[in-house]
Amino acid sequence: MIPAPLFSAQNLVKHFRLKGGFLGSSRGVVRAVDNVSFDLAEGETLGIVGESGCGKSTTARLIVDLISPDAGTITLGGKLLGKHISARELRRQIQMVFQDSYASLNPRLTMEDAIAFGPKVNGMSPQQAARLAHELLERVGLEPRRFAGRYPHELSGGQRQRVNIARALAFSPKIIVLDESVSALDKSVEAQVLNLLADLKAELGLTYVFISHDLNVVRHMSDRVMVMYLGQVAEIGTVEAIYSAPAHPYTAALLSAMPSMDPDRRTMEPPLTGDPPNPINPPAGCRFHTRCKLADTICGAVEPGLFGLPGEGHQVACHIHIPGSNHRNRRVEA
Amino acid sequence: MSAPLLDMENLTVRFHGERTVHAVNGVSLTLQSGETLGILGESGSGKSVTLKTLLRLLPENRAEIGGTLRVDGHDVLALQGRALADHRGRTVSMVFQDPMLALDPVYRIGDQIAETVMRHEGCSRSEAMARALDMFKNVQMPSPERRLRAYPHEMSGGMRQRAMIALALACRPKLLLADEPTTALDATVQIQILLLLRDLQRQFGMGMIFVTHDIGVVVEVSDRVAVMYAGEIIETGTVHDIIRDARHPYTKGLLAANLHGAVKGARLNAISGAPPSLERKPNACSFAPRCPVARETCASELPPNVAVGTQRQVRCVLAQE
Repeated sequence: MIPAPLFSAQNLVKHFRLKGGFLGSSRGVVRAVDNVSFDLAEGETLGIVGESGCGKSTTARLIVDLISPDAGTITLGGKLLGKHISARELRRQIQMVFQDSYASLNPRLTMEDAIAFGPKVNGMSPQQAARLAHELLERVGLEPRRFAGRYPHELSGGQRQRVNIARALAFSPKIIVLDESVSALDKSVEAQVLNLLADLKAELGLTYVFISHDLNVVRHMSDRVMVMYLGQVAEIGTVEAIYSAPAHPYTAALLSAMPSMDPDRRTMEPPLTGDPPNPINPPAGCRFHTRCKLADTICGAVEPGLFGLPGEGHQVACHIHIPGSNHRNRRVEA
Repeated sequence: MSAPLLDMENLTVRFHGERTVHAVNGVSLTLQSGETLGILGESGSGKSVTLKTLLRLLPENRAEIGGTLRVDGHDVLALQGRALADHRGRTVSMVFQDPMLALDPVYRIGDQIAETVMRHEGCSRSEAMARALDMFKNVQMPSPERRLRAYPHEMSGGMRQRAMIALALACRPKLLLADEPTTALDATVQIQILLLLRDLQRQFGMGMIFVTHDIGVVVEVSDRVAVMYAGEIIETGTVHDIIRDARHPYTKGLLAANLHGAVKGARLNAISGAPPSLERKPNACSFAPRCPVARETCASELPPNVAVGTQRQVRCVLAQE
């Protein structure tokens, strides 16, 4: 029997109503996340990639229950959120690190107080919480004697992000959601923080959800990758399958949009034209068909579901791979 | 060889205020017309300040600029009044990172481009609008006639960046400065804008300086690369030299940190520490405190600028061997 996943999201939906229409009526609905399902196995790292408006940050916020889904279920360790496990307990076990290291720290709290704040609210004595804060600072590579008394503005971006990681560790969580956590850092500092994250995962047996627009970083960090487009999962699979044999035309386009790093083989032709469409009125059928070079008549009419491919857990939402779809193409060239 | 389009010698920029910041410390650069130079560096390395100096955009009362700077034969640091206004937008033009901040939100895009053309070329409004339309076609703007009448907020990020490129190129500048023009864009849009800039640079035969923190972007557009650290150029060479055979330990570290082809799960060869604060003028190698191969002399003396071959220079004692 396959062991139950540590975390499971089933058919998550989150729509945001746009206000400001006539007499306060709604001007439309942003379909930020539309029917997204995925599992997390204990100890793995799931990378989520996609462009702005694809719903990756909304997915992150749904995972930690910062916002509630309109439909769909979340289970952690086999316990259904809202029934067998409270949001409060879920948030203790799933922590999040945001992109903006400065905005996510209270400017009036020292680093020690920032880390100790959560544990104190949850009933730890001030002395214990302070001790814990010092241990965690040490663990993320910041000498407690130098850094415990400092305020956020006295730290560099990389140091602040280390503090945010320490704060996320304060509840000994099982899962950490990293939403573009290293994107704002300079490359040389980013590498240090990525090393830290890898060390912490190995030491503490953590499970990561790693969200980034940088495909090189995602490849380095992840075991599995989920590619999102306009609120839906386009493709999900092992990092090897996604990077070496992308099955969705969008995944293939994302990969070939990466700079080549070879002056003799520069990119000559952009893989896609135009910007990602607005998630307020996503195209009918396959949401990618308006930008897809391989699109056929069926693509604008019927929405493709996720279809299992050979290979471990590899799934793709594209008519090309669905038998009997009558799509003229049979394969996707990377 | 003809006189270079840009000749910058020993440029220094120092900001005064509550504390002094030595932002640029002796930068020398040349650029031929028709050539693209990529300036690669992290935040605080002085790359944007160097670029802004070329347009004299730094606050006059707080920025102390030294050295010489000639563009197309004119001494840029001596320009005043009308001559300076002619220089900006006509001889040298710039594309900024955030087009939403650089474009005026209350004027239609077409009017903004036409205003620039009328000011610099003294032509009529209809001629200027025709030029704006022409530029929109050059930047492959979808439905160009309609978009001339659009306001910046009515466009997507990629279209706004195309509009800004059209604005920057409307008066056919000899030198185009691009300050992280694709950093705020999505990956599939970034590559479109990069290829567009590369094509327009060739088509117009202008010089281009492209500032970015992303090595991959530099490789796509540049002929030559200058790597900046702590207000100095620490290595310069052709894009082949830098990618295939980096000599400075900092450049090597940056290449490793880019993760291109990094093995999954392997430890990254990260550069430790953080860049210096620049409160004092450097009197030793600025990178020495973070350098894995630093020697005693690195912390006490300024490193030599070693010429390696004809086209490249490395500011490191190790390059002498």
